[in-house]
Amino acid sequence: MLALPDHLVIVPILLPLVTGAFLLLFDERRRTLKATVSMAATLALAVIAFILLSLADMEDAAPGARASVYLLGNWPAPFGIVLVLDRLSALMLVMTSLLAVASLVFALARWHKGGPHFHTLFQFLLMGLNGAFLTGDLFNLFVFFEVLLAASYGLLLHGSGALRVRTGLHYIAINLAASFLFLIGVSLIYGMSGTLNMADLAVRIAAVPPHDRALLEAGIAILGIAFLVKAGMWPLCFWLPGAYAAAAAPVAAIFAVLSKVGVYAILRLSPLVLGAGAGASSGLADTWLLIGGIATIAFGAIGVLASQAMGRLAAFSVLVSSGTLLTAVGLADIAVTAGALFYMVSSTLTIGALFLLVELVERAQDPAANVLAVTMEAYGDGDEEEIEEEVGVAIPGTLAMLGVCFGLLGILLAGLPPLSGFIGKFALLSAVVGTGDEGSLSMITWAFLTLVILSGLFATIAMMRAGIRIFWAPVEGVVPRVLLLEFIPVAFLLLLCAAMTVQAGPLMRYADATARSLHAPAAYIGGVLSAQPVPPPEGNR
Amino acid sequence: MELTLAIGIGVLVGSGVWLLQRPRTYQVIIGLSLIGYGVNLFIFSMGKLRMNAPPILKSGEAVNPADYTDPIPQALVLTAIVIGFATTALFLVVLLVSRGLTGSDHVDGRES
Repeated sequence: MLALPDHLVIVPILLPLVTGAFLLLFDERRRTLKATVSMAATLALAVIAFILLSLADMEDAAPGARASVYLLGNWPAPFGIVLVLDRLSALMLVMTSLLAVASLVFALARWHKGGPHFHTLFQFLLMGLNGAFLTGDLFNLFVFFEVLLAASYGLLLHGSGALRVRTGLHYIAINLAASFLFLIGVSLIYGMSGTLNMADLAVRIAAVPPHDRALLEAGIAILGIAFLVKAGMWPLCFWLPGAYAAAAAPVAAIFAVLSKVGVYAILRLSPLVLGAGAGASSGLADTWLLIGGIATIAFGAIGVLASQAMGRLAAFSVLVSSGTLLTAVGLADIAVTAGALFYMVSSTLTIGALFLLVELVERAQDPAANVLAVTMEAYGDGDEEEIEEEVGVAIPGTLAMLGVCFGLLGILLAGLPPLSGFIGKFALLSAVVGTGDEGSLSMITWAFLTLVILSGLFATIAMMRAGIRIFWAPVEGVVPRVLLLEFIPVAFLLLLCAAMTVQAGPLMRYADATARSLHAPAAYIGGVLSAQPVPPPEGNR
Repeated sequence: MELTLAIGIGVLVGSGVWLLQRPRTYQVIIGLSLIGYGVNLFIFSMGKLRMNAPPILKSGEAVNPADYTDPIPQALVLTAIVIGFATTALFLVVLLVSRGLTGSDHVDGRES
């Protein structure tokens, strides 16, 4: 028998699944009950994610600790599906659950009334995300991708309106096509290597005969394209700004993690499968990631500068963040990866908070006076007016509070000191400078450095312009009515970023350990393949 | 047999990709379905094509793996069919909603 703590690894998948299914039993009118259950489950998820983080971090003390590999159905590794908990997946779990808590609290103020089954879809999305972060099997990864995508289709349409349905249509079509690419990639990999287990694939890839290698590499590349569509690498990213900007605020905030799933999959597979042990296929993806990532930063930065609507600004920031991370993965260096991990957490929390704040400040703007109304369909027009006056405590000094948050987010987004955005970018850039041989940097590294710094400048300009237009320009502006419940999540995410700044030392140590284990996958492979099934209890034979 | 299957997959996926690029939502969904069929056949073919070879072992006998076909692609195909079916159904709903809201079956919701 496994002890109870050993089963903790699968809880982040089971808990949202059970919660989401349980909530289906109740009528939409029992909102308080649904909201309470959903909130409790999400908070429990956050607690579990932190426990798993501490478990993953202890692995060094007790190598081969049982908690790290969970054999589903008690089949040993290459034959059954495994769940693997290591530092990277634990970090992703914690990041997801924190952002989930924030966006759920925000949704409780009014958005969860905007359509049916919000909480169920939200929980299923969390299930898919957690599953994708934990699984150690390629086809299982596909299944969890589909779970999170199916939930995200529903969530994107949440609140309805012509704009959401139109972008939802594009979003679903593109993701369905990407899922087919995913399947083609996975089946090619299986056909050529005979395994779907990531660790087993990493072992077998070096021994693939030369005449099969081209097909195997094609399979890996097609699989990579499916991930890059999710991550939003240029030129596969044109769907992203429209979809993210059209989504309801709490949905857009959790979508900030969604694009990181693609980045996660690349970050997990590139060093593991295409690392130094891959023989002739080693480093297959690196050049593509470098070039594509740099193009993504450039596209995202220009998009940030060109955005009139705040929602689009936030959506293009997602692209900048994705591009920076993809380039960092392409550099395949331990120190760069460590910096990138810190940057990823900071930028995801920041962008999530920005999506939430955008909705609050846009309430202040008179839709008729908005120049954008000409170029853009009004944002969720019909239902906005129908919503009855919300009950709840409105925060005092609304504009001042929102302004402070907006300013802090601008600083975080641009990567200016003293907040965590700066630390992330600094760690990343100083590591990038250190990659060159004897101080000489390649062209591509220079381009990366320049673009990251320029994208920060562009973000500053864009945020300042938007801030002036929203907070200073209106002479007799309408003060938005912001509930305390809607302000708390934004403040919570900002506090997390501040905490990341204060605790930067331990966090960087963790990120460094994560990057080390990613680039030395022997421990991961050994852990997965050597995990022993649990012997059946005596008496049950 | 390999050639027939390859041509079949090629025709399905080729027509699917062409339809996917069309401006009508109905064409897009038919295109996605065709690609789905092609991909399912492709997964199936990754287990090597075998005639008269069962995928499930008989119990109680000595087993020669060479007499059996690879069961994994069949399991994968089953999963892929279910998921593809579900997502296509969901897409169909969105398609109808879009048609109702915009009064047009263009993918952008308006004729351009």
